[in-house]
Amino acid sequence: MAFEGLAERLQGTLNRIRGKGKVSEVDVKEMMREVRLALLEADVNFKVVKEFISKVKERAVGQEVLQSLTPGQQIIKVVNEELTALMGGEQSKIAVASKPPTVVMMVGLQGAGKTTTTGKLANHLRKKHNRKPLMVAADIYRPAAIKQLETLGKQLDMPVFSMGDKVSPVEIAKNALEKAKEDHHDYVLIDTAGRLHVDEELMGELDQIKELTSPDEILLVVDAMTGQDAVNVAESFNDRLGITGVVLTKLDGDTRGGAALSVKAVTDTPIKFAGMGEKVDALEPFHPERMASRILGMGDVLTLIEKAQANVDEQKAKELERKMRTADITFDDFLEQLNQVKSMGPLDELLSMMPGAGKMKGLKNVQVDDKQLGHIEAIVQSMTKAEKQDPSLLNASRRRRIAKGSGTSIQEVNRLIKQFGEMKKMMKQMAGMQKGKGKKKGGFKFPFM
Amino acid sequence: MSFFKKLKEKITGQTESVTEKFKDGLTKTRDSFVGKMNDLVKNYRKVDEEFFEELEDILISADVGVHTVMDLIDELKDEARSRNISEAVDIQPVISEKLAELLQKSEEETKLNIKENDLTVILFVGVNGVGKTTTIGKMAHKFKEEGKNVLLAAGDTFRAGAIEQLEVWGERVGVDVIKQQAGSDPAAVMFDAIQAAKSRQADILLCDTAGRLQNKVNLMNELAKVKKVITREIPDAPHEVLLVLDATTGQNAMSQAKTFGEATDVSGIVLTKLDGTAKGGIVLAIRHELDIPVKFVGLGEGMDDLQEFQADQYVHGLFADVLEQGEKAAEE
Repeated sequence: MAFEGLAERLQGTLNRIRGKGKVSEVDVKEMMREVRLALLEADVNFKVVKEFISKVKERAVGQEVLQSLTPGQQIIKVVNEELTALMGGEQSKIAVASKPPTVVMMVGLQGAGKTTTTGKLANHLRKKHNRKPLMVAADIYRPAAIKQLETLGKQLDMPVFSMGDKVSPVEIAKNALEKAKEDHHDYVLIDTAGRLHVDEELMGELDQIKELTSPDEILLVVDAMTGQDAVNVAESFNDRLGITGVVLTKLDGDTRGGAALSVKAVTDTPIKFAGMGEKVDALEPFHPERMASRILGMGDVLTLIEKAQANVDEQKAKELERKMRTADITFDDFLEQLNQVKSMGPLDELLSMMPGAGKMKGLKNVQVDDKQLGHIEAIVQSMTKAEKQDPSLLNASRRRRIAKGSGTSIQEVNRLIKQFGEMKKMMKQMAGMQKGKGKKKGGFKFPFM
Repeated sequence: MSFFKKLKEKITGQTESVTEKFKDGLTKTRDSFVGKMNDLVKNYRKVDEEFFEELEDILISADVGVHTVMDLIDELKDEARSRNISEAVDIQPVISEKLAELLQKSEEETKLNIKENDLTVILFVGVNGVGKTTTIGKMAHKFKEEGKNVLLAAGDTFRAGAIEQLEVWGERVGVDVIKQQAGSDPAAVMFDAIQAAKSRQADILLCDTAGRLQNKVNLMNELAKVKKVITREIPDAPHEVLLVLDATTGQNAMSQAKTFGEATDVSGIVLTKLDGTAKGGIVLAIRHELDIPVKFVGLGEGMDDLQEFQADQYVHGLFADVLEQGEKAAEE
């Protein structure tokens, strides 16, 4: 697809300035253009982008980037920091009224996911906060919207208040509040009908419900896939009702979700929850810093680096690097490396944090199987000390023994030995290349450094 | 102004009401879009780098999509150079012309592939909350008005209340709904529906499916299976696979069109919710980057507010003001 992460975008510019001793203002300007495009591709509103860029540029042209030895890295760092700051630091909690019940109003456009979110929120309040919420079916317009909430209520085994679709939503809200007090519910979640923010009549209806129930929380439900229009929608709902928070839905899709930034920028209210799936428990607290990385399309690199730093023994890493350079690697080292990777967490999780990994052909639908790592480990551990040091010893009968000993098949053993051989060959080639160039330092590098 | 004249001639043959619907539905879009264009011309006067930067912003704000916008701007720059245009006023019609060209890139039929005197099966697909069920309701109404025998298949067995929602539409319009229980296999529902449609000699079978995000591999496979079941029963069916897109969706619409296209051979797009402030510029991007035509647009909440997409009408709706100004200028 057309999406490129910020890192890839900056690559071209960085390649050109690599040879120069210093980065000029023109270079920064060019990099800013790439940052701008990356944000626009992620659906961040263009006005928000403009403001954001001028802020980043200020920092970039200042000392921070120009004098840094790795400007690309520095730019990404600045962008990421500013983005996280803009997204709001800590995730915030749902309001609690001093005198129960706490009234929560769910509002938004059609199809944003209000009804589903209402069900999820009720479940969340019961499970995580030990509350007793009452869901109120106030969407009398969409066919079977009431039925949808009632079905959700049945699934969750939680009460839903409804009066059919012939009573006005204002009336329903009023009666629901009384009912909640009667039955000692401590939360009332009002599911309103989806409406266009330009629909004067229906927006007026929300005013009335607000007036009558004086809600402690008005949550705007926003589809994470929304484009440039997110700003208009959020602005209208906020000006009219004064929203107190945002729920971002359908974040389990592959959208970059720039709408989050737009909505946050125009309403200055926290994004409180994220809808992450179709199941009733798929409502999660919102993580601003993860969203920042997602918008930039750079995966969760920071978490990945943290994990690597926490788990990789530096001494061992250096030793391994030396061995890799001289292609003097054995199955023992191989196992060691495997264990280090494993200690960082499940493989597919690591993969998902890697920038661009989601887009790589072939990688996209791969289900990474941690069990396979276990097989490899078993195979290597079934080798004798001599075999581990010198793979050329591995003849057919030894391989058969290893397969038996590790509980795998001979094909699997063969495959591993072949892969190991190829790996070694590659290292030899790389080592040769480096000798040829002479001065280049080895070691692992991120593409954007 | 020959371009606008042509455009106008093309649409004057069509009924007033259709033109009005497009104009009304796109009021919000046009107001902001054309207003910005006019401001742009006023503020800049000269066609220079800054002018194009501002134009870029306007197009991006309409969700046209970064790549399409870049291509468009490049073309305009070339055009300005070759035609030797330096005044902003002079390039305005060129911009409109280019946009219309993009929309009408190929004059492919936006009409649905409807079989005469035989069953036509139309499958609706899309992500959650775009308006699939509502679109089916409106389309059933349209076909019913044309005197066709319509049947609906409640293939969204997943979402709570989805079957009931389709049933309410069935009652409203006066057509039958073939359904099973919630949670049953959607492919089985389709099988039933096709048998029912055959035995009742229905003309049109509209098949609802559950909304699904395009990156859910399992759910996309399920959809492919639903389609396969339909094809097994009637070899040339489904005759149309319509992807329903929400006009407020940003760049992700492209990914939706692509992935759903791969899973089900989407034959056309229904663009819904164009009556808000959403610019619907994604239409341009879809035309530009994918070869899937827009066949219908949802311009309001009423039963009649689903309209066949007509590029001419769309552009006219978008540029009605520019068009009138152009005429005035021509008269003077």
